[in-house]
Amino acid sequence: MPTEYLIWLIPLPPLLSFFLIVLFTNRNKALSHSVAIGAALLSWLGAMIVFVRALGIEHFGEHPFTQSIDWLPTGETWLKIGVLIDPLSATVLFFVAWTVLMIFLYSVGYHNFGQPKGDHDHPGLPPHGATEHGHMVPSIEPMYSRFFAFISLFAFGMLVLVVSDNLLTLFVGWEIMGLCSYLLIGFWYGKESAKKAAVKAFMTTRIGDVFMLLGIAFLYSVTGTLSFREIFTEDILHTLAIIPSGIFGLSAAGLIGLLLFIGTVGKSAQFPLHVWLPDAMEGPTPVSAMIHAATMVSAGVYAVLRMFPLISLDEKTMAIVAFIGAFTALFAATIAVAQNDIKRVLAYSTISQLGFMIAALGIHAYVAAAFHLVTHAFFKALLFLGSGSVIHGMEHGVLHSGKHIDPQNMFNMGGLRRKMPITFWTFLIGGFALSGFPLVTAGFWSKDEILADAFGHGHIYVFATLSVAAFLTAFYTMRQITLTFLGETRTEAAEHAHETPWTMTVPLVVLTVFAVTYGWVGIPEHFPVLGGLVPNWFHEFVGSTLAHHPEAVEFNVIPLLTSLFVALGGLGLGYLVYRNVHRPEDDKLQISVLKNKWYFDEIYDIIFIKPVTWFAENVVYKLMDQGLINGVLHLFGPATQGLGSIVRNYFDVPVINRFFGDGSADLTWWSGVKLRPLQAGRIQHYLILSLLILFIVGGLLYYFLLA
Amino acid sequence: MYFMTAEQIIFLIVSGATLASALMVVTVRNLVHAALWLVATLFGVAVIFAILNAGFIAVVQVVVYIGAIAILFIFAVMLTRKDLRDNVPQLNKNWWAGALVAAATFAGLVFLLQSWSAISKTAEVLPDKFDAVGLLGEALISPDAYVLPFEVASVLLLAAMVGAVYVAFSRK
Amino acid sequence: MIPLSWYLILSAALFSIGLFGALSRRNAVAILLGVELMLNAVNINLVAFWRYGDYTSMAGQVFAIIVFAVAAAEVSVGLALVISVYRRRNTVVADELDMLKW
Repeated sequence: MPTEYLIWLIPLPPLLSFFLIVLFTNRNKALSHSVAIGAALLSWLGAMIVFVRALGIEHFGEHPFTQSIDWLPTGETWLKIGVLIDPLSATVLFFVAWTVLMIFLYSVGYHNFGQPKGDHDHPGLPPHGATEHGHMVPSIEPMYSRFFAFISLFAFGMLVLVVSDNLLTLFVGWEIMGLCSYLLIGFWYGKESAKKAAVKAFMTTRIGDVFMLLGIAFLYSVTGTLSFREIFTEDILHTLAIIPSGIFGLSAAGLIGLLLFIGTVGKSAQFPLHVWLPDAMEGPTPVSAMIHAATMVSAGVYAVLRMFPLISLDEKTMAIVAFIGAFTALFAATIAVAQNDIKRVLAYSTISQLGFMIAALGIHAYVAAAFHLVTHAFFKALLFLGSGSVIHGMEHGVLHSGKHIDPQNMFNMGGLRRKMPITFWTFLIGGFALSGFPLVTAGFWSKDEILADAFGHGHIYVFATLSVAAFLTAFYTMRQITLTFLGETRTEAAEHAHETPWTMTVPLVVLTVFAVTYGWVGIPEHFPVLGGLVPNWFHEFVGSTLAHHPEAVEFNVIPLLTSLFVALGGLGLGYLVYRNVHRPEDDKLQISVLKNKWYFDEIYDIIFIKPVTWFAENVVYKLMDQGLINGVLHLFGPATQGLGSIVRNYFDVPVINRFFGDGSADLTWWSGVKLRPLQAGRIQHYLILSLLILFIVGGLLYYFLLA
Repeated sequence: MYFMTAEQIIFLIVSGATLASALMVVTVRNLVHAALWLVATLFGVAVIFAILNAGFIAVVQVVVYIGAIAILFIFAVMLTRKDLRDNVPQLNKNWWAGALVAAATFAGLVFLLQSWSAISKTAEVLPDKFDAVGLLGEALISPDAYVLPFEVASVLLLAAMVGAVYVAFSRK
Repeated sequence: MIPLSWYLILSAALFSIGLFGALSRRNAVAILLGVELMLNAVNINLVAFWRYGDYTSMAGQVFAIIVFAVAAAEVSVGLALVISVYRRRNTVVADELDMLKW
């Protein structure tokens, strides 16, 4: 089958899976997950075939797989939509397919397939145990099939976004994922916190989406097209760079780039629209892995990567991008060190790592950003799934012990390396990858490249900020690992935790393989010793996406040393500090500012939420809706009544009833009274009358007809 | 009109008498007198018929009208005389309207006649041996002529007779 | 020698007199007398036209004879009615015979 057709087909299996599960297989849990995983497998297969074929093509960047159809007639032209797989999207497709498949498989075990139904489980609330042979065991999720339906739809959205060749379908996939994030974060809709988190996520990303849509509209109005290949031609890019947009002194390209970037700020949870991501931990862990590692947040970075030729035209926009990226990286890292919930740490870690990628893009380090995107997807998904495995084991322990403690609080864990070895080792490798442990983890290679690019092109502030953030990253990662796995078990629940089933551990192992090996496809050429042994495939491949193939940065020892120092130093320090910390009171970094996320939620609440709520309740609801609209409506009743009675009293009764109705009767009566004497019964009178009329009529006839 | 023929003079006298009798018919109080004046009028009309060389008609006029109808009138007057006194005025309340209408009728008729071109033509001379009666008889009997109206008229008379008898029959 | 117009004027006058009688007399029988005068006027008219027109076709005279018959029928029925009404109502004053009044 020609590759283009295959590309069109890649997003379809998850969509079909969604509809099948929703319409037909909802009651049958086994059938539902089979359909979903089968669909994920099909998409994975299609993606792999496309990827392999793409690898085999010389100068793939100049001859990508692309096909488009005329879709929307716009006057004399057509708005085209289609598919495009160039090196960038081939790479992204690769990791999306793998991580999606792994997460789907993981979800089977996570939602306790095979376990009995809970004692008093209610759809909408997380399951809390069934009694089996006298003791409590984990119970199967009541809304099992629904979950698979939603993540299938999610996968569909992401795949549509990746394969699309134009901004419109990209935005469609974007929005579908936004919807699914709402559905999935609020999966346990019985929980108040989940509901709020879902709304928060949707609203915050929506803000970004509105600006993105403005950017798309502006772009369309200037260029008349939304297809990437048509926009990224010399002429159009040049035009966009020249036309002033009139706002902030930006050129058209700059403004469009800025608006599109704001969409990414929302979707990838950068400052200031980062507030939704930690709350999104309310969703089940596979969701967190999906949204915050593999797909949704990656979509934001992917969008910037995609539009890089456009965004990079204006230096002001790039400066803003770099600033926000670097700032967010550091900002989120400072919060992560004070979090106690195992998933929250990872959430802030994601925000921070995305900041790295965005900062890299801001300093024109295209390949480095793409590289870090891919490696991050693998190891972050690994870390989230690992944390889910930990929580799963902890929950089992909680049920066993009967005490209700928070299974996600790291201070309730400890010593889990013995209880859950596979989880431990995979989590460790993932954590090392996140910290940038040298040489053997993918994270090292990608992070190092970013730092090297920053230093090598003279962006010292970005370099410094990212270095500090990298240090903190390693620090809090080691803190997390120490508190969770090392040392002794701190609670009974941790004591009774045990390893999770194969459906959950196999994905962990697979992702670990990628977390280790993927870095080796991107070794810079001038790296001491190792550079040059294997060609820097990643740089060549992904770099060829751009018209002007970016140059690899010259090797400099300073960024290398810096990254070694921050990685190892952070890991070491984290271990040393936290191996003796067993209670939150002992943790010196539980500073309230950090713990409360720099009070941003509270600030937003005061500045935005409360006024808007007040406005909505008082102005819109009370004043406008109740007062104005209802008032107007309530006017209609009496007004119509008044009008009706006016019509009745001034028109109906006097005119219709009296004048016409009674009037005609009276007229008839009166004329009868007057005419009655004519019929006197006297023949002679009749005769005289008839003769008179005869004369009159005859005379008239005579004069008008005969004379 | 100085030179009038004898015919014309006779005509004028007879017509004058007829009209005068007619006037008397409609104005006298005593009804029997009115009926008798009617006889005179009818007689005058018969003479007019004779002048018109319609001898048969003249005789029929005398026999039928005077002999039957006028007598009938006299009978009727006598049969309805109970409270009728002779010095009661015979004209009703609106007699002037009737007079007006009659005058208008006369005026209108005369006016219409004036505008007819052949109004003043004189009678042609009848041929010798003009058998008016014979011709009339043939006309009345001949199927090509007027036998049907003749028969119908006789049926009408029969019906009238039956009707009159029935209406006037007193059920005592 | 006698112009047609004389006959016609005669008949018109007779007709008018009869009309006057029919319209203005109180007694019902007198009204019928007026009607008789009118019928006679018609007869004069018919015969005059017969004489002064095509006197070989006897249409005028036949018509006059029919009129006679009709007049006779009408008078008999009319007087029968008057007599019958007189028996019921004891009056022959036309003004008092107004049972068909509203």
